[in-house]
Amino acid sequence: MKTTVIKVDNLTKTFGRFTAVDHISFEVSRGEIFGFLGANGAGKTTAMRMLCGLSRPTSGSGTVAGCDISRSSEEVKKHIGYMSQKFALYEDLKVWENMRLYAGIYGVKRREIPKVIDDMLATLGFTAEKNTLVKELPLGWKQKLAFSVSIIHRPSIVFLDEPTGGVDPAARRQFWELIYKAAADGITVFVTTHYMDEAEYCNRVSIMVDGRIEALGTPSDLKQKFAASSMDEVFTMLARSAKRADN
Amino acid sequence: MIILLLLPVLMIILFGFGISTEIKNTNVAVFDPLRNTTTQQIVNDLSMSEYFIIDRYLSRIEDAESVLKTGGVGLVLVFGDASVQLITDGSDPNTATTLTSYATAIINMSVMRNQQITTPDTPQINIEMKLLYNPTMKGAYNTVPGVLGMVLMLICTMMTSISIAREKETGSMELLLVSPVKPITIILSKTAPYFALSLVSFATVLLLSVFVLHVPIVGSLALLIGLTMIFIFLCLSLGVLISIAAPSQIVAMLVSAVVMMMPTMLLSGLMFPIENMPLALQAVAQILPVKWYIEAARSVMIKGVGIAGIVRELIILSAMALFFLAVSVKKFNKRIE
Repeated sequence: MKTTVIKVDNLTKTFGRFTAVDHISFEVSRGEIFGFLGANGAGKTTAMRMLCGLSRPTSGSGTVAGCDISRSSEEVKKHIGYMSQKFALYEDLKVWENMRLYAGIYGVKRREIPKVIDDMLATLGFTAEKNTLVKELPLGWKQKLAFSVSIIHRPSIVFLDEPTGGVDPAARRQFWELIYKAAADGITVFVTTHYMDEAEYCNRVSIMVDGRIEALGTPSDLKQKFAASSMDEVFTMLARSAKRADN
Repeated sequence: MIILLLLPVLMIILFGFGISTEIKNTNVAVFDPLRNTTTQQIVNDLSMSEYFIIDRYLSRIEDAESVLKTGGVGLVLVFGDASVQLITDGSDPNTATTLTSYATAIINMSVMRNQQITTPDTPQINIEMKLLYNPTMKGAYNTVPGVLGMVLMLICTMMTSISIAREKETGSMELLLVSPVKPITIILSKTAPYFALSLVSFATVLLLSVFVLHVPIVGSLALLIGLTMIFIFLCLSLGVLISIAAPSQIVAMLVSAVVMMMPTMLLSGLMFPIENMPLALQAVAQILPVKWYIEAARSVMIKGVGIAGIVRELIILSAMALFFLAVSVKKFNKRIE
């Protein structure tokens, strides 16, 4: 049975006269990998920030994990994980220190922290790097670590904002294996990307153009609808109509 | 970090000795048409002190100005019929004030001793002071409270604002904000290390001032520590506030430097007396937290005032601290918009 974990209705965000997100509506079910696509400046990050409770919607409504994003954004934060565009772990701390810090911040019980860290190191195959400073890790490893840290508290939803920027295809594939594993464990994955090969990995994708969702469906549905052979073609067709410049 | 710990040492030494060495061994020129025992006694007493060296006797009163200007003389002593005139170079008001107050004290003592041993009908000598270019008086033990204020401001305000702004730059702040952690927890944990660091600096400055500069702590040490805690708390809140407004480390640094450090150095009364400033600047000085701290710290350290004497300062500082903290916590929540 499908349970809806994210439900968004006419969500809008304006900055002065600029409408960054323009009446978007969609639903995401539990355990789904939902790709949130769009060119730079299409409004992906803004939309995601509203869902995470970082930014207040101008109008429209939404619930994340059953909590209203405008009224109880603090409640939302207890149920989500977040990985930002920028690599945001503390570079001067060791791998396990970062894990311990975020486990504490996200409210993992003190007694359980050592076990959580050990499990995570084993899953990542990082046991030998436990005491390595994060700044000495290769970028691909850092991103895997950042993802694992973002789900350290077993959230029901994890938001990934362009998690694989700047890494090679092999590392990206490994990263997606982690995402699949998380989804199999019942964590809903909400991911923005502009790599169209990654869009193919998602259960469903939405494509944002100029703040609006122009297409929504499974990758195969969308390819069929736009008579395209790949998501890349679908995206190019839609993006061509964009009026906003890349920023 | 090492720089932060060395900085107070450097500042206290620069400021402390910068002022005190100037006053020692000042050359004095004397114009003494009377040449009687009283005047001889005064000149003698002056030359005995460690502050003054009798450099030369002037034959004409007109020479007074030229020796001040070019002669390397810091003080001219002019004896009149029943008065002594002290002429100093007021273009450096701090030194000038200190010189005259030292000389006055020595002359007073000399005169008093004289009066005790001589017959009552000896002409009374009235001392008449004249401070060229700057008629106000200013105390000398200004340095230590002033340096304390500046160092604490630097460490707490500047470093806190930079450290929080750095988290914004690296993106880790975003991660903290999506976590269920309360803003007050983030703020407290970001400020705690700087709180500890400033206590270390505070102790360093106090030790240096007592044992190296020989500036005594007359009043209660506990009161001084309490006062300083409040001020540190205030500086930290201000640092947090700046970092919330500043998008990057460089902006945070510039804002703290330009908006906070400059007025602190120039307007707090550390370098120039507040009473001498134009009214507008005096008004600005009133809203500087550091001004109140320096005043209170000076009262406690130098004058030995008890808690009753600095109630006003304590209230103002606490109110400012709470205000900044309240604004920070309120603004912190909605930052990513």
